[in-house]
This record gives sequence, C-alpha cells and structure tokens, in this order.
Amino acid sequence: MPSNKSVSDAPISQFINCRILRDHCLQREDLWVRDGKILDPEKLFFDEHGYADKCVDCEGSIIAPGFIDVQINGGYGIDFSQACDDAGSGVSLVAKKILEHGVTSFCPTLVTSPPHVYHKVLPQVKVHDGGAHGAGVLGFHLEGPFISLEKKGAHPEQFLRTFSSGGFRDLMETYGGLDSVAMVTLAPELDGSQSVIRDLCQKGITVSLGHSVANMSQAEEAVQHGASFITHLFNAMLPFHHRDPGIVGLLTSDQVPAGRTVYYGMIADGIHTNPAALRIAHRAHPSGLVLVTDAITAMGLPPGRHTLGQQVIEIQGLHAYVAGTKTLSGSIATMDMCVRHFKHASGCSVEEALEAASLHPAQLLGLSHRKGNLDFGSDADLVLLDETLNVKATFISGEEVWRK
Amino acid sequence: MRLVILEDYDLASEWAAKYIRNRIIQFKPSAERYFTLGLPTGSTPYGCYQKLIEYYRSGDISFKYVKTFNMDEYVGLPRAHPESYHSYMWNNFFKHIDIDPAHAHVLDGNVEDLEAECQAYEQKISEAGGIELFVGGIGPDGHIAFNEPGSSLVSRTRVKTLAKDTIVANARFFGNDLSKVPTMALTVGVGTVMGAKEVMILITGAHKAFALYKAIEEGVNHMWTVSAFQQHPRTNFVCDEDATLELRVKTVKYFKGLMHVHNKLVDPVLSIKDQ
Repeated sequence: MPSNKSVSDAPISQFINCRILRDHCLQREDLWVRDGKILDPEKLFFDEHGYADKCVDCEGSIIAPGFIDVQINGGYGIDFSQACDDAGSGVSLVAKKILEHGVTSFCPTLVTSPPHVYHKVLPQVKVHDGGAHGAGVLGFHLEGPFISLEKKGAHPEQFLRTFSSGGFRDLMETYGGLDSVAMVTLAPELDGSQSVIRDLCQKGITVSLGHSVANMSQAEEAVQHGASFITHLFNAMLPFHHRDPGIVGLLTSDQVPAGRTVYYGMIADGIHTNPAALRIAHRAHPSGLVLVTDAITAMGLPPGRHTLGQQVIEIQGLHAYVAGTKTLSGSIATMDMCVRHFKHASGCSVEEALEAASLHPAQLLGLSHRKGNLDFGSDADLVLLDETLNVKATFISGEEVWRK
Repeated sequence: MRLVILEDYDLASEWAAKYIRNRIIQFKPSAERYFTLGLPTGSTPYGCYQKLIEYYRSGDISFKYVKTFNMDEYVGLPRAHPESYHSYMWNNFFKHIDIDPAHAHVLDGNVEDLEAECQAYEQKISEAGGIELFVGGIGPDGHIAFNEPGSSLVSRTRVKTLAKDTIVANARFFGNDLSKVPTMALTVGVGTVMGAKEVMILITGAHKAFALYKAIEEGVNHMWTVSAFQQHPRTNFVCDEDATLELRVKTVKYFKGLMHVHNKLVDPVLSIKDQ
C-alpha cells in the first residue's frame, strides 16, 4: 500500500504507544514525523492517501518537546568563557553530552569576561541545528559585563563595564559582533542601558535583566523598552520588598505591555533557590517560568576534586564547592534533574514541568513557531521520558540521537 | 426486516460491531474483491466504532481490503474543523485501523462544483461494485443521512439544505451558536442507500423512539425517510430498549422472541486468526 507521495518522498515515522504533550495536555496520541518536522496525520491520510513507513514503539513513554537550556556555562570540564583557539569543539562536546539530559537546543553562556575573550570565542561558534553530533546552538547568552558591581556574584569584578561612550557602541566594542548572540543579560539601572535594550531588541536579541540592583520602576521601564527575561530570579538582585518589589515585582507588574510576557529563569536544583521561594514565583506567574541549569564546568564530572582553570572544585552529590570550603561554586544539576526537582518541589503537573523546560524557553526566544512544542510543522526535537521523568531517548529532527 | 433489540446502548453497539465483523470475515475480502461498507457519523455509531477498533487491535479483523463510503459531510466547513465528518471519521475510526487511505471515501464539501462531487461519488460507488453493507442511523425526525423530511425516496447523492430541527440539534457541537452551524450538506440519497445489498440502521435512545415507530409501524412516507427501507429486501434495525418505547408491545414481543435466531448471526463471532 504505497502512499501517493504527492507532497514528499521522505519516509514517514509514526511513534506509537506513547503519550504526547500537546495543547498543554498529555494525550494518548501517535506522533508522526516527516522531513524532521511533526506531521499532521489527518492531512496525510485525506490529502496524500499516505501512511507510515516506519513505526517506533515507545513502550508507554511520555514524548515531550526537547528541552531548551538558555543558560549553561559549560560542563564536562569545558568552560565556554575560556579564550581558546578551538572554542567550537568545547561547545560541541557539551552539546553532545547534554543530549543525555533531553536537551536538544541550548544557548552557550559566557560570564563577564574581558573583550578579547568575546572577540576570540564568538566568531568561532555559529547558530546551527542539532543532530547526531549534539544539541543545536541557538546563539550565545552573554551574561555581563554590563552588570552591577554590588550584584556581581561570582563574576570577575575587574571586567565589569558601563555604557560610558554612548551605549550601543560600548556593547559592540566589548563583544565585537552580535551575529551569533541570542540573549544579553544586563543591569537596567546602568546609565544608557535603556537605549541599548531597545537597540538589542530591534536586532531580535532577547534582553534579560540580572546581576542588578534595579528597583521595580527601573525594571518596568526596561521591560517597556523590550526586556523580556530575568536571569536566575532571586539570585544577584535585590530581594523582594513589599514597598519596592524590585525585579522580582515584574512577575505581577501591571506595567508589562499588553500581549507581552516577562519570563524568568529558575535554577531548580534544590540548592540555589529555597523550594518555598520557587513555589512563590511559580504560583505568582506560572506561565513565565523557564527552567535553566546555569551549569558550570564541573557539571557531568564524577564526585571528588577537579582542577578547573584557576580553581579547585569539590563535587559532593549535587553540590559543587570551592575545595575545602562550603562556598557554592555553581550549579551542576542537569536539565532533567531540574525538571524532576521542579515538579516535586512545586507540586505542579507533569505538563507544567515539561513546558517550563521546553515551551517557555522557546516562547522567550521567539522560536515557538518551530520549537518547544509538538504542533504540526514544528521541528521534531523530542525527548522520551518514563513516568518519573527520566530520559529514555532523545531525538533531533525525528532522528534518534541518544538512547539510554 | 430484522428488528434486533438489545438491552442498552453498549450491547446494541457490540451486536452491531460483531455483525459487521462477521459479514466482512465471511466475505473473505481480497485485493481482487473488496468489501464495500457504507458508514455513518454521530453519537449513535460511536460505540460500534469503538468495538470495531478493539477487534482490529486484538488481531481479529483487518480493514485492509475494505472500502468505505461515508454518508455525508457539511458544505463549507473546513475539513480540519473538529466538527467536520472527516475529523469525526479520522479521530473515531480511520486513525485506529489499517484501512488504505485511498479507499476511505468521504464527500468533500469544500469543492467548487458540489454537483460534480456528488456525481463522482455515485460513480465511485458503482465502480467499487456497489455497497455490500450500508450502516446508518436515524434522526429524531426520521431522516437517514441528511435526507430531511420531504426528500425523494429515490434520491441520489446531492446537496441538501438542512432542516431547522437538524440545525438546532447540531448547535450543541458549535458552542450552541446557531449562526455557526453549517446550513447545507452533501448527502447520499435514500435511493443510494436502498441500492446497497444490505442495510443496517442503528437506533438507540428514547429520543429516537418516535422516529423508529414512524419508520417501521406506519407506512412508507417521504416525511420519515427511513421508512423507505420497508421496501429493501435486507434491512436490519439494531436498537436498545429505550428506542422501542413508542412501538406496540406486540411488535416488540415478536422480535424479542426472535433474538435466539438473530444471535446466531453474531455467535460464534469469527476471527481472521482462524483463517
């Protein structure tokens, strides 16, 4: 029974025995894929008289859109903020490994660095699709250096900058170019930042607020100029105050322009944010929550001591300490761990937990017409999970790229 | 006619599904000789479709050599609309079974030339060798497919304007907004269904009882178009107790007394696994 193939000769795969996340619900439906995209089987049936060439038995798994990590600094010994001659292969190594965590697209993140690092690293990595070689690169996330001194966190103080010579020019001087940049985190209280925010948004680059002492009206002004994300909510910003909620107040602000959503990153590793704080944010603004790993170089390395650059890190379970101390040196949770922890800590539904790692980051980056969901026509980037949200297999453009 | 009376909706659906299953398997369809089946939509046949899907999943029946012809489709409703009959058939039947998509025929209410579409459909039916078994339902006003009261009893596939009763009855599927309900439909004619070798009408629920009474205990009348099947050599009415509420006790007792004969048609139930 051949299909009449009036639209395409490409083989058609039908994922059966699965529950798929569609229209915010897990439904018992088959998932159809052709040419790397999700296919509408009803159109195939009636228009093309077509049917599947291959059936993939998912044995009762959940199929979710592939996870999207918009804040990851490295992993497996790789640090994206290092000015090396082969930044590309470091990004590729991490891209390949994170397939195991269900991540199919990501934004390699650079922390505050001197200009020569950006000038060296940025041109070496282009936005590109994922595949068997690894997760797709959606563009860099540049976290700094235009951030607040008081809220620098672990960023190196000597490389912080302000917009001294007219805003956008400072930015271009520092970064060198913006071709492969998807997102910039900056502090909106810095003079000159508002026009920079507008310019970045006009170029299609997502602007995030973070590492900042902005009050709520400065944050709202930034949103009105186009800022749409908050980098790791609660961390590196003023705490919530009932007469000036600061950046945190954006979650329920009435000054957000109609039709726009402010998204916020949360590191749900159980360590960086108290679960009660996670619940407050989630309950206040569930549709804006974006799970991020903010993973550092040590993610993926086995327990014990590791020398990373100038530092010695000690890994114990999910904690990464500066060796010999109890100072946290960053997050090492993987994205799938974050999804499980978020569900457990917030008591949210499976659908909400999965959307926080897929749909919401896609919406944030303006990619939801093709990523972050299983709608007809979207890229077939998938993660197969068991009941407890452990990753069983990962697919990019309909091809299996990792299996447990 | 055979009037097969089962206790409730589920049992009636199951009896009908078993009957269809046995007819197909006994026919021994093949690539040279397809079994042609006429199909309805609506809430009445839903249970029957569920059972047929179950029989397919258990490996007892295949639709590989079955050609289907649906009775009707709205005019002007986008095919992807959840209330189109294409959507109904895809979601409730076709997507769950192994029918060849090229053999699942449904009238297209979105073509330029509706007349030509109707004529082509009649042509496809005769090219397929006619319908072996036409399964249908009955409206509360006694209509079969969209052959509303007043339709010719020898009519063929054509465009029909829907009766007010039908539009009101359908409003519940369109958010109770009468303005959103389609007003025209393409439908097989009474004559088209009469042309089938065998007809099976499913009738369940008390709201259909009066229509059943008019269809089988009164005369042949174009105001109750299902009554035309009194003149078909092989008509089966499969109903539940509630649908018989307006019939004479004598009629019901007579046919209930025949259930042991009727049940031989579905017991034993056949399976392709035994072939």
